[in-house]
Amino acid sequence: MADLVSHPDEVRVVSKRFGEGATDIDRYLALDGYKATQKALTMGADAIINEVKASNLRGRGGAGFPAGMKWSFVPKQSPKPKYVLCNGDESEPGTCKDRLIFEHDPHSVIEGVIIAGIAVDSHQGYIYLRGEYRYLIEIMEKAVADAYARGFLGKNIFGSGYDFECAVQTGAGAYEVGEESALMESLEGKRGIPRIRPPFPAVVGLYGGPTVINNAETLANVPHIILGGGEWYASLGTPKNGGTRLFCLSGSVNKPGVYELPMGYNLRKMIEVAGGIWNGRKLKAVQPGGSSVPVLTADETDIPMDFDALMKAGSMLGSGAVVIIDDSTCMVKYALRVMKFYQHESCGWCIPCREGTDWLKKTLIRFHSGGGVRRDIDNIQYLAENMLGRTFCPFGDAAAMPTISLVKKFRQEFEDHLEGKPCPYEDHGKIEHLPVLTAWDHRTADPWAQAH
Amino acid sequence: MQFSDQLEKRFAELQTHYPIKRSALVPMLLYAQDEVGHVSDEVVHEIAARLDLTDLEVRNVVSYYSMLHTKPIGKYNIQVCTNISCMLRGAEKVFDHIRQRLGIGHKQDTPDGLFHLEEVECIGACCWAPAMQVNYTYHENLTTEKVDEVLESLRKKETQ
Ligand SMILES: Cc1cc2nc3c(=O)[nH]c(=O)nc-3n(C[C@H](O)[C@H](O)[C@H](O)COP(=O)(O)O)c2cc1C
Ligand code: FES
Repeated sequence: MADLVSHPDEVRVVSKRFGEGATDIDRYLALDGYKATQKALTMGADAIINEVKASNLRGRGGAGFPAGMKWSFVPKQSPKPKYVLCNGDESEPGTCKDRLIFEHDPHSVIEGVIIAGIAVDSHQGYIYLRGEYRYLIEIMEKAVADAYARGFLGKNIFGSGYDFECAVQTGAGAYEVGEESALMESLEGKRGIPRIRPPFPAVVGLYGGPTVINNAETLANVPHIILGGGEWYASLGTPKNGGTRLFCLSGSVNKPGVYELPMGYNLRKMIEVAGGIWNGRKLKAVQPGGSSVPVLTADETDIPMDFDALMKAGSMLGSGAVVIIDDSTCMVKYALRVMKFYQHESCGWCIPCREGTDWLKKTLIRFHSGGGVRRDIDNIQYLAENMLGRTFCPFGDAAAMPTISLVKKFRQEFEDHLEGKPCPYEDHGKIEHLPVLTAWDHRTADPWAQAH
Repeated sequence: MQFSDQLEKRFAELQTHYPIKRSALVPMLLYAQDEVGHVSDEVVHEIAARLDLTDLEVRNVVSYYSMLHTKPIGKYNIQVCTNISCMLRGAEKVFDHIRQRLGIGHKQDTPDGLFHLEEVECIGACCWAPAMQVNYTYHENLTTEKVDEVLESLRKKETQ
């Protein structure tokens, strides 16, 4: 069980019931549970979509796509059944917020799924959780069973004449399955390999039917929007960035934790919310949206945390993971750890991603060990840039973007590792020193050299 | 091949969830592994038969998911996250410590078959870093002392 934190600046919407015992369905009902679903059943599809559009709710999974607009893309008539998927794969490094929602407020997710279902006239929902979240699968399965027992799921929910079925699905370890089309493949019993788009899931998704897929936090916000109104929700955030967000403040801070703060909350203040930088050290950099977004240097952190402001600053709000990095961190090593992750998780379907992550990892290992030459720095940049936009799914970009930004913004640190220089941050002798490659070795080991 | 009644019930329940049988594949593999210890050839064959798939189709899926393993491993699977949030808070030290304590490395088992060690990617415990999972149980805000306690209590459990 993960510890909860609190701070006076928090605005609690999705986290309202955290620590309140809301896994128990009666307790949940006492805390306004299932009122939103009943209201939604009387509102009808168009009114629900309009309310969600008015709320400026944007996807909490990473891309920040407006939820109401996504729902409106689902065709009204469809010969095939339509589906609602809750994405609870939560595997973006730095991200640990959906976990708290499932743990403390499972019924809010179920309500979100039902309401999205009503909005697009779907009668089947799936809640997909990563396999490592076994204790949460148990919590969610119990919540679903309780909802069935009360007639909140199944045939004729709340006596409304509307049928809605919902099931919980487990993954078995794969970051890529969090990507929407790969998740559908996984749910169809296959390897989690992405699908080419278009067609988009809203038109052709799970089992070939129109499908809405949203992140768990996105869906958990929906009942609150239905009850409180879109306008109220929008007013909590900044223009076009409605509401609050569960920010996962982690890394080199005194009080890491998941804090619910309004959209647009200043990043510097956020670091203070998390107790400031630990061990009397100084801030060096922040990855403001999980491991897949460009880093910000300490000087760039005086910005409001919403999708548009971060885009303008050359980064992304991503998954709500804010990884705070202090000045004792070697950024070459950081880049290497990030790339190790992407190399490990690449599904291998697209060549630029599979080969690119592998070469980048190898180059960074050599580099961090002091075996790099000056040209490697540009080579890293070159390889990463050539992955951008050249893959079936955004995984390739996710691996490339942080790498490009790390080389660009911390080039000096890369230079400090050149040609046998020991890493200035490591306990010496700890890393295996790889030899600096000779020109000839380089030619065979280096795709850049071969291409030129 | 025989699974427990409980697991059979779970498999039957799974089939009520989807329009196609095959959708149960990933959960079936994981739940079967939890019971059998690993995804053995027998498990592959049995699940393939039940879902009207070939063994090869099932193997193809098994090899994709990092939690599934086709060989037996130690009883307690120690999975230490060393990804960014954990790394920034000393995960490597924790991992090295466990390595020394158990005398094994990444993806190795202790000779008594008790422990398996793995360096894993983010397990969703970033705000309680460094973190590890022993089988499905989370251990968070780790220190070397805390790790020793965990290992000790698991050993004790075995000798009792
Ligand atoms: C490689 C990759 C991994 C992803 N992992 C997740 C994830 O774990 N959880 C999630 O909600 N979205 C993840 N996404 C985003 C989904 O593809 C999708 O955009 C999201 O679930 C849509 O929901 P939203 O609009 O509510 O954000 C991932 C995307 C990519 C490219
Ligand atoms: S980075 Fe270790 S749990 Fe997320």
